[in-house]
Order: sequence, then structure tokens, then C-alpha cells
Amino acid sequence: MSDVSKPGLQSPLRRKLLMGMAALPAVSMLSRPSFADVPATSAVNTTGLAVTDSEVTVGILHSVTGTMAISETGSVEAEKLAIAQINAAGGVLGRKIKFIQEDGASDWPTFAEKAKKLLVNDKCAAVMGCWTSASRKAVLPVFEQYNGMLYYPTFYEGLEQSKNVIYTGQEATQQIIAGLDWVNKTKGAKSFYLLGSDYIWPRTSNKIARKHIENHLQGCKVVGEEYFPLGSTQFNSVINKIKLTKPDVIYAIIVGGSNVAFYKQLKAAGIDLSKQTLLTISVTEDEIDGIGGENIAGAYACMKYFQSLDNPNNKAFVPAFKKMWGEKTVIGDVTQAAYLGPWLWKLTVEKAQSFDIDKIAAASPGVEFKGAPEGYVRIHENHHLWSKTRVGRAKADGQYELIYETADLVEPNPFPKGYQ
Amino acid sequence: MFGDYSISDLGAILAMQGFAGLILFSVYVLMALGLAIIFGQMGVINMAHGEFMILGAYVTWMTSSAVQSVAPWLFPGYFFIAMMLAFVASGALGMLVEWALIRHLYKRPLDTLLATWGLSLILQQAYRSIFGAREVGVELPEWMMGSWQATDAIQIPINGMFVMGLTILITIAVFYILFWSSWGKQVRAVVQNRVMAGAVGINTEKVDRYTFALGCGIAGIAGSAFTMIGSTGPTAGQLYIVDTFLVVVFGGAASLFGTIASAFSISQTQSTLEFFLSGSMAKVITLLTIVAILMVRPQGLFALKVRK
Repeated sequence: MSDVSKPGLQSPLRRKLLMGMAALPAVSMLSRPSFADVPATSAVNTTGLAVTDSEVTVGILHSVTGTMAISETGSVEAEKLAIAQINAAGGVLGRKIKFIQEDGASDWPTFAEKAKKLLVNDKCAAVMGCWTSASRKAVLPVFEQYNGMLYYPTFYEGLEQSKNVIYTGQEATQQIIAGLDWVNKTKGAKSFYLLGSDYIWPRTSNKIARKHIENHLQGCKVVGEEYFPLGSTQFNSVINKIKLTKPDVIYAIIVGGSNVAFYKQLKAAGIDLSKQTLLTISVTEDEIDGIGGENIAGAYACMKYFQSLDNPNNKAFVPAFKKMWGEKTVIGDVTQAAYLGPWLWKLTVEKAQSFDIDKIAAASPGVEFKGAPEGYVRIHENHHLWSKTRVGRAKADGQYELIYETADLVEPNPFPKGYQ
Repeated sequence: MFGDYSISDLGAILAMQGFAGLILFSVYVLMALGLAIIFGQMGVINMAHGEFMILGAYVTWMTSSAVQSVAPWLFPGYFFIAMMLAFVASGALGMLVEWALIRHLYKRPLDTLLATWGLSLILQQAYRSIFGAREVGVELPEWMMGSWQATDAIQIPINGMFVMGLTILITIAVFYILFWSSWGKQVRAVVQNRVMAGAVGINTEKVDRYTFALGCGIAGIAGSAFTMIGSTGPTAGQLYIVDTFLVVVFGGAASLFGTIASAFSISQTQSTLEFFLSGSMAKVITLLTIVAILMVRPQGLFALKVRK
């Protein structure tokens, strides 16, 4: 399934290159290394990675077949866009990025096998990939054994930190605490009903949410906590329970196809999201596409990026993404986080002046990306990102309207004390 | 848990919970009917049942998009056209599959399991290539969303009632076709004794093909109806397949009455338990009960006495 620069991609790539060439006068004003000062390969690559005088190879490892293709398609698109843009702007240390894409096929052992292939056979200098925690856990030993570098885009439950991984999405406390504080303060919410799909991320996240509600918010309580098997399509009973307990906030971490069923049935049961506050951390613009904007309008989501963010970086990013992947594609939180991967890697390589994995791992803390669509991010010592947390309200057109954002960057804290 | 609530609150919840159970019952019947015909009457283990359903869902999505762009005035009623198209599309695909694949495997039931499982993978990837990996959102006319306010406190989902009505209609139609029409008599004759049915002049091949197509077509209608309550994506069919087999096997493979009785008992157990326990626990207990009953009664609730 390996395809080295897919033929289908050539025309958008070429378009990107042309755009890049059009921008050359501007680019040449930047401090871009000219061909004369491209550092010698022997100096920047001492461990035998796939780096030549003109090219460097990275891997993309996502599911493009199987259940998870629904979610991971956006990440693949974002990573390819970032790579095309970096190449158009002169590449990394004067070298163009070539990518090898592998398909994890929504199967965790396949992820591990393909990760090994990318690191051992292809000698990839970095790998952008994985989506579910299960796939990340499957490849983690491979990356640690063969000393690779993984840029992982999804918001996730935390409780992990590795020299060989940069987590470009938020860990659970970053995503959860600010949102709960906000809903408590502005909506006066006192009672919470926690819902989730039955696997590690929703369970860990709800655990953090419950601790925060019970220990840190004055007079607040959890009136219900429930989990549903992945793929559940029937929510009428729990909706009745919600009607009975009348919580101030429904806190929902439901994923995949269940999401669609849940919001459609919620609306059909007469729960009006403009009156009943619902806060979710699992519905991005990608999911709304399947749910239908009219079914979820009025719900609040707490994450770090919305397609509608009004800042100069995002205003350049969204049109570029749509130009490459089609006018109708939407960009969710994880897609944006995936876009950060190649850029953070490029910036780190330039800071370290080397492609060596050890040097990149050491140079990562403190690397800042000012061109991030979400605004500004910086890598923390624990390899997660400092980022702002935002609350948006879903509109019928499938977009979020920004309601609140934290004043400062929120510190990533993958091992939160008192929350476990 | 009921201490703090007034009698009228509880009454309203009980009524709504009763409806939740009935809606779940109709959903189960609707998704299991097609399979009950194929598995029960023909003995074909159709693992691709979910994908036939999703074909119906995609047809609904295409109809919705087409109607919106070509004839917006038709939009409030497009769903009925979509369901008919879904029946035709899934039925036609079923006929093709029967001709190309299934008819070669009638004597090897376990191989049909593998073959149809392969077929389900092929169909999933085909949907992914044709419609994209992302889920599509099927837009519904306004009147089908929302709820019917029976009293101040009781709200009944309109789409749930729609599914109930549809299930009743289709069940009646299936029973009429199988038990009163002459074609239905032929189907039952073939089920009971294929050789004898052939000997008295029934074209068993043709009967097989149309039975399979009918089962797939009903799956298509079910998929179309489920766009109201569930998701439409390449792998969404997988969400239904386990429950579907559960209902059919528990009911007794060759009995349509069994399918309905089993859908009723499973849905009521499930929705009652879901109310008192959490969603995952309710599922676990329901499954355990079914396993226990099937251990005592492996032939399912209702078994048809057939001379093999």
C-alpha cells in the first residue's frame, strides 16, 4: 500500500509550487538559506536517516481504509498541505520534503508493522501519524526501540510522555478544565450529566471532569455518568434520564457513528440545545458534517481550534486548505493539529541544525510556531504544546462561533496530580 | 433514585420510556426483517446485511441532495421517494450478488458466511472510494425532526413514530407476501423441501433470487429510515450487524414470528435496563441473558419444524 508521492496529488502540489514561486520575491527577503549555505548532509545527518543533499524523507501513517478513515482523512490532508507549503518555501535546511504514506487500515498491529517499515526500511526522519490512542500505544514501543520521531495530532487522555513523540493536540486537562470553569462561571451551571463512549479517552476525561467539578467548583455536583459501547445507536433511554434529572449541563464525549445518533435523537426528543446547555469535547466541524448542523446548533464545544477563528494565520490557512482539498471540506481541531506537525518538525530541525532524532528531541522544548492557524503554540518540556483553550457554539451551517478563549496559553499537564 | 420526583414527573418519564422501548423494538424489527428472510428462509448467513442497509442510506442522501438542487418544492416529501429508490437499489444489488455469488454456495452455508463477509469489506471500500471516507449528513424535512408534545411533560420523537409506522407497514407487507401470495407459497415450499418443490414445477432458482432480493431491498428501506436516527458512512453498517443477527438467531432462524418476539423481548430488556443501569452494563446483561437462554434453547424462541 505504499505510495511515494501519489500521482493524484501532483496537480495540487504543482499549484502549490507555482504559488510558492509567485511568492519567491517575498520569500527571498526572509533569511532563507540560499543554495550556497545548505549544510552538508554528513553534518546534519549522523545516524543514517533518509536525507540526501536535496531531499529528506518523512512518513505519513494514518488509516485511509477501515472505520477510522472517517476521522483520519482530514489529518492526512493537513499534513500533505503543510509539506507542500514547506517545500514551496524552500524546504527544510535546503532540502525538499518527500513523503512516504502508509495505511494503518484502522488496525493497531498494522500500525506497528507500518511504523517499523517507515523507520527501519525507509529511514524516515520523522513520521506524522496515528489518531486513536490505541494506534499510538501500538506504535510507541516501535518508535522508542528504533528511535524515531512521531508527531501525533489528536486531543487525547494524557498519562503519557515520550522522548520520541510530540503531541500536537491537547491533553485532557488542557481541554477540559477551562471549559468547565467557563460554563460554571458564565452559565451558573451547578449540576452536570457526564456521557461518553466506552473506552479510555472518554473515561479518563470524565474522571478528570468529575474531580474538577466535585473538588474545584463551588457547590457543583455530578448527577449522572454513563458510557455506551462504541457504535451504539440508541440513546432514547438515557435521554429520558436526562429529562428526569434536569442537569444544568450535559457533558458529552461521544465519538464516531454514535455521535450522529445521539444528537439526532436528542433533537427528536424535544431537547432544545438553545435552552439546555450541552458541552462537548468530541465534536469538531468534521463530525458536524455527519451530524447535520441543524441537529447540533446551540451546543458548545471546548477545544483549541475552530475553522471560524479570526486571525491572520487562519485566514491564510483555511483558503489554502480548501484550494488543495475542495471547497466543501471542513477543518476540525485535529486537522489543524495535524497541520502543525510538519511545521514544528521543520522549525525544530532548523533550531537543532540537524535531522538527528536525539538532537530534535532535545531541541523541541521551547520551539514556537507563530504561523499556527490556532494562533501561537510552543512546545513544552514534556513534548506537549502550550495552547489556548476555546469554547465555540455550533451554528446551523456546521461552523462554530467563538464564544470564549483563555487569556493565556494553557500549560499541558499530562500527569495531573489530584485528578487520577 | 425516585425519591425527589413528583408522581406526574414519573408518570411522564414512564410513558416516554415506554415509547423509547417501542421505538427500539421497531428499529430491531426493521433491521432484522430483511435478514430473517435471507437467513431464516434461505439459510444464507449474510454478513453484508449492514452494507445493503447503508446502500439504502446513501441512496437517501443522494435523493435528498438531488431533490434539493432540482426540485426544492418536493423536499418535504422526498423521503418516500428515497425509500422506494433505496428498496430498488438494494434489491437490484441483492439480485446481482445472488446471481454472481450466493447461488454457487447454497450447499455450503459456512462458505456463504466468508463470502458475504468479504463482500461486506468490498462494499465498504467501494462506498469509501465513491462517497468519500467521511460521514455524510442526510438533511431531513423539518416536519420529520423534532417531537410531538403529547402533554406538557410528555414528548414523543416524530422520527421514532415514523419508524414505528413504517415497521408495521413493512411487516404486514412481508407477511402478506410470504403467507398469502402464491409467490410466498412457493418460497415456503422451497424452504421446506427444495427437491420436492422443484419436482412439482417451482422454479427454485428464480424463487431464491427474488427472495434474496426482497431481503436486501427491505434492508435498503431500513437503512434509508435509519438516516433519521443514525449516521451514514462507509462503515456505519457494522453498527447494526451484531444486533441484527442477535435478533434473528434468538428468535429462531426460520420463524418470522420468532424474529418479532425476539426483537420485542430484547428491546424491552435493553431499554428498561438502560434506564436503571448505564448503557454498557445494560448491554452486558442483555447479552448474558440471551446467551443463557440460547444455551437452554439453542434453536431460539420459536423453531419451525422442518423435515430436513
